[in-house]
Amino acid sequence: MKGGSPRRYREWGLAYLMLLPALVVFAVFTFYPFARNFKLALYQNPPFPGLPSRYVGLHQVGTVLSSTSFHQSLVSTFFYVLMVVPTGLLGGLLLALAAHKAIRGMSIFRTVFSSTVVTSVAVAAVVFGTLMDPVVGLLPWLGIDPHPAILQNPTWALPAVALIAVWQFLGLSFIIMTAGLQSLPDEVLEAARLDGAGTWTMFWRVTVPLLSPTLFFGLVVGTIYAFQSFGQIDILIGPQNSGFTHTNVLLYAVYQALSIQNDPGMAAVLSIVLFVILLVFTLIQLRFLERRVTYANA
Amino acid sequence: MAGVSFQRVSKRFDETAAVDDLTLDVHDGELLVLLGPSGCGKTTALRMVAGLEDPTHGDVSIGGSVVNNVEPKDRDVAMVFQSYALYPHMTIRRNIEFPLRQQRVSAEERTRRSDEAAATLGLTELLERKPGQLSGGQRQRVALARAIVRDPQVFLMDEPLSNLDATLRIQTRADIVALQRRLGTTTLYVTHDQVEAMTMGHRIAVMRDGRLQQVAAPQELYERPATTFVASFLGSPGMNLVPASASGGELRIGDAVVGAASGSSDGPLTLGFRPESAHLDVEGLNAEVVLVEQLGAETHVICKIGDGTKVVVRQGRDAVRPDLGDHVAIVVDANSLHTFDPTSGVRIEPAQ
Ligand SMILES: Nc1ncnc2c1ncn2[C@@H]1O[C@H](COP(=O)(O)OP(=O)(O)OP(=O)(O)O)[C@@H](O)[C@H]1O
Ligand SMILES: [Mg+2]
Repeated sequence: MKGGSPRRYREWGLAYLMLLPALVVFAVFTFYPFARNFKLALYQNPPFPGLPSRYVGLHQVGTVLSSTSFHQSLVSTFFYVLMVVPTGLLGGLLLALAAHKAIRGMSIFRTVFSSTVVTSVAVAAVVFGTLMDPVVGLLPWLGIDPHPAILQNPTWALPAVALIAVWQFLGLSFIIMTAGLQSLPDEVLEAARLDGAGTWTMFWRVTVPLLSPTLFFGLVVGTIYAFQSFGQIDILIGPQNSGFTHTNVLLYAVYQALSIQNDPGMAAVLSIVLFVILLVFTLIQLRFLERRVTYANA
Repeated sequence: MAGVSFQRVSKRFDETAAVDDLTLDVHDGELLVLLGPSGCGKTTALRMVAGLEDPTHGDVSIGGSVVNNVEPKDRDVAMVFQSYALYPHMTIRRNIEFPLRQQRVSAEERTRRSDEAAATLGLTELLERKPGQLSGGQRQRVALARAIVRDPQVFLMDEPLSNLDATLRIQTRADIVALQRRLGTTTLYVTHDQVEAMTMGHRIAVMRDGRLQQVAAPQELYERPATTFVASFLGSPGMNLVPASASGGELRIGDAVVGAASGSSDGPLTLGFRPESAHLDVEGLNAEVVLVEQLGAETHVICKIGDGTKVVVRQGRDAVRPDLGDHVAIVVDANSLHTFDPTSGVRIEPAQ
């Protein structure tokens, strides 16, 4: 649209006027912090509180990116996302397939399956924390004595918090998959049945390809969700175990840098890294995956 | 090859009886058209043969054996859906091969048979494309190819031409008929288009509200409709149906005598005659012209007779065309009269 006549200008003016409240909110809470963050990254924290921070340019970025703790964080995040996203998507799909059958009372299951979406992270973390408790938890009840306790165990702590994330993502994943299944063209599935496809072929050769737009969407949403896990780690592992490097996923590392190490510069660098990773990841997914996805009405 | 038979088949969806006590035999090698208005249960009947819907009552048989409890994939029937139902993520070749892959047909034979099916339907050039890259008519032919490649016992076709434009429809109609006659596969063909039914079927089964009205060869159906519904549904426009009465061996519409009442006892009845069995004359049934439709080769003159009933008269190209509002007289060919029971609508046969 090209502005030209005075009337156009007046319309544009009005449009901006109406957008102003939203723009102000965005500016204060999103754009300004976003920009400010980049500035923070260029300043190094003083060795003692009270002294002014020092401009160091990209030097700090280099230090953080080459530190072992950052590498550890990156690896942990990578494993964490790998544990959460595929499991959550597959679990959601299986639940959705199970609930897709037109059986009476199925709506109750649908409600139950999708309820994890509305459960708060804190509640979920406390419940799972209790289940994983070395004294009153599930394992001692089953007669297994976990030693050291799961959440203090360097091998199992990350999978344990990932499990909570999977559980929480399951509800959203289930809703996405159910919506996807309901939009599948019935006649195509029926044609496949008549053409002799068994359950296995039906699933892998027909349902999954037809569902690929949904799976793709779930993948993007799930990845962003997993990268942003924070609550369960803070509550279950928390500052009391701040020496735990292997559960230090990127977002938690940002928090740690800021509130435990009191190092806003480092936190800024880490959060920029997180931002760039998510950006690149989303772009890759959009570029490469979307091309392979089959849209049913194509 | 095998015939299909419905034995007192009903299908209920909660309150609605989609198919109501249907008994019908489709002969081996026959193309039988299921014809009826929207919602009369045609698709439901077809889906029961495919096994996609279970009958509430009665038995569906294929090749003489009851298939009520046979899985769709074990029925050896191929269905062509109204929406084509192609696999959008597979190439045309893959689509056509899909049923063969499920039957574990060897790669060599698979290629041979799908090439042959594709050639039959003129799809050879398109084999590497995806369904999304084809026109409606081409997709339609892929759906047919996927059906014929299996060489099934029965073809089920649900309004396969309804998404095509008029020209393509006529051509594809002829293609399907030629294909069916060549393969000799028993075919159940659903349509709500009576021209399609008349031109394609060996026989036509007319349905209404889930019930079978009449099964007969097209010409028979046209010439001796069993009910007023069949009479008005077939032909375009359909048969004129006028309240009339029989008395003293004469058939009257109002006061006008239009023919001899042979076979019907005195009393009211419904009189039917085709638009082409009537013409305008100087003396006859008085009427007023309310609409004149010119279709090129012929003209439909729609008139209103004394009691308000509309009657259509078909005129040839040479006839004198009346104007709107003209008072005319309709003369009906006395040999082309049909009589029906005024309440049940069932045909009353003239005594020979
Ligand atoms: N799955 C279903 N659940 C409930 N009612 C149904 C279902 N399928 C069909 N019906 C009803 O059964 C009746 C017959 O439907 P059907 O689809 O067989 O009609 P049709 O003759 O194929 O019509 P059309 O020409 O519009 O396709 C309709 O009244 C329809 O509403
Ligand atoms: Mg239908």
